[in-house]
Amino acid sequence: MEIDPFIFRLSIFILSIFVGYYVVWSVTPSLHTPLMSVTNAISSVIIVGAIIAALSGTGDSIFSTSRVFGFAAIMLAAINIFGGFLVTQRMLQMYKKKDKKKKK
Amino acid sequence: MISANFSAIFYLVSGILFILALRGLSSPETSRQGNYFGITGMAIAVLVTFLSIGNFSSLFLYVIFLVLIGGSLGAYIAFKIPMTAMPELVAGFHSLVGLAAVFVAISAFLNPEAFSLGVPSNIKLASLIEMSIGAAVGAITFSGSIIAFLKLRGIMSGSPITFSGQHILNLALGISIIVLIYFLCVSQSDSIFWTLILLSFLIGVLLIIPIGGADMPVVISMLNSYSGWAAAGIGFTLENSALIITGALVGSSGAILSYIMCKSMNRSFFSVILGGFGGDTSDVKVAGKEEKKPVKSGNAEDAAFLMKNASSVIIVPGYGMAVAQAQHALREMVDKLKKNDIKVSYAIHPVAGRMPGHMNVLLAEANVPYDEVFELEDINNDFANSDVAFVIGANDVTNPVAKTDPKSPIFGMPVLDVEKCKSVLFVKRSLSPGYAGVDNELFYKDNTLMLFADAKKMTEDIVKHLDQ
Repeated sequence: MEIDPFIFRLSIFILSIFVGYYVVWSVTPSLHTPLMSVTNAISSVIIVGAIIAALSGTGDSIFSTSRVFGFAAIMLAAINIFGGFLVTQRMLQMYKKKDKKKKK
Repeated sequence: MISANFSAIFYLVSGILFILALRGLSSPETSRQGNYFGITGMAIAVLVTFLSIGNFSSLFLYVIFLVLIGGSLGAYIAFKIPMTAMPELVAGFHSLVGLAAVFVAISAFLNPEAFSLGVPSNIKLASLIEMSIGAAVGAITFSGSIIAFLKLRGIMSGSPITFSGQHILNLALGISIIVLIYFLCVSQSDSIFWTLILLSFLIGVLLIIPIGGADMPVVISMLNSYSGWAAAGIGFTLENSALIITGALVGSSGAILSYIMCKSMNRSFFSVILGGFGGDTSDVKVAGKEEKKPVKSGNAEDAAFLMKNASSVIIVPGYGMAVAQAQHALREMVDKLKKNDIKVSYAIHPVAGRMPGHMNVLLAEANVPYDEVFELEDINNDFANSDVAFVIGANDVTNPVAKTDPKSPIFGMPVLDVEKCKSVLFVKRSLSPGYAGVDNELFYKDNTLMLFADAKKMTEDIVKHLDQ
């Protein structure tokens, strides 16, 4: 009997939960805020679905309802992608070691 | 343009890059590199999607245009936002992911051919279940995050909003969502789909309104987790491994953070979710009960004197420091102390502030080197060997009652052993109890000196006196 492709996706899903579990436990607590902002940014990879909704399918009419929802989702996800990665970058820039100048 | 197998491999690559992005956060040194991995992963996923659809008509230009508008808006927010506003920014961003998930699900429902999921009113059963779960979780994330945002921003009161029958109503709504998904699968009716989304919006609001301000670290982490599960649900619908991997990563990350936050407050996840615990303003009832106990209070001059003569000082920041924006003044004070060869370190309780790691970011913003900042378990033994503990804006996390009185609502919560220091300086505006409504024994200890003032003003005054 053939295995349903769904089972493969489910396997990826469950394995990724485990990977996430171990990776996140190793995140240092002082970086928990950047962790939240970066997970936020990467979950915006949902833009992939939004792009399909906007560009795929037949007909070039812009104003089919499903396309409009796709466009709206693209914009929301784009705010998140740029905002999320940039604010993470801004925070991470601030985490510095002791200044060498200050050391006596 | 490019084959489905080819693009699937690229989606896998971007999934792996996202794992590396999180992995980088295990140390501040590797974290910036991790962020670049994340950005690369995102770029690959977007490019591959464009190439695999291969539609470069005028529609493509609209898409690019929208990405640019959204992107510049996001970039503008990212650069302008003050670090003290991070909790509400993150809550706001979660709501966008939630809403995007809802929109994609709607789009897939209305036009399944575009996603090759069947034709309208005859969508593949599995896809229908996946998209309705994605839409429901996305909607809960959206409306829940909006409420969290309003509470954190102070537009809505941080006090819990409760009414009788709340839990029963939530339970009923939860069950009806499941029932609706079942009927949606049977009938494929548009109206059921819209009702499902509306009910999910409603349940998101109802879930978050009873939760008080001080429980916000748990709420934000939980919504973080939800946004991941929503993405994963959509990932199953689209059969896209990048989305599935990312959704699972984000979902488990948020779940772990909620767990850490709950554990640090010694509260079960369910008691937080059921809510009704603590608001921003402390309960007058509890404050009225206390008998008059002697309190020693001092001024900036006394504090400066004490610290000047110490050889080691531990700073304990809390949410009050964030509210007063005292982190820069604090850093100035510490610089002065260090010039006098006094050893200074910072002690951070996991739930200090309104989101995980909130204090760390604020201290980093004030240029405090991260290797002077310690977590609860790493520094707790040092209090006994230190001269001065400077508590600024923290309260419940220092209360020794958590260790001694089994009747106290915060009993069993891990706390910082501040009272073991030779002397404690406690910056606070009044003697009012913290969010847990528990009187802090520390106020009445012989070795505690209360400094009644705004955290920022007091710190600035101390700086002046240190100069003399």
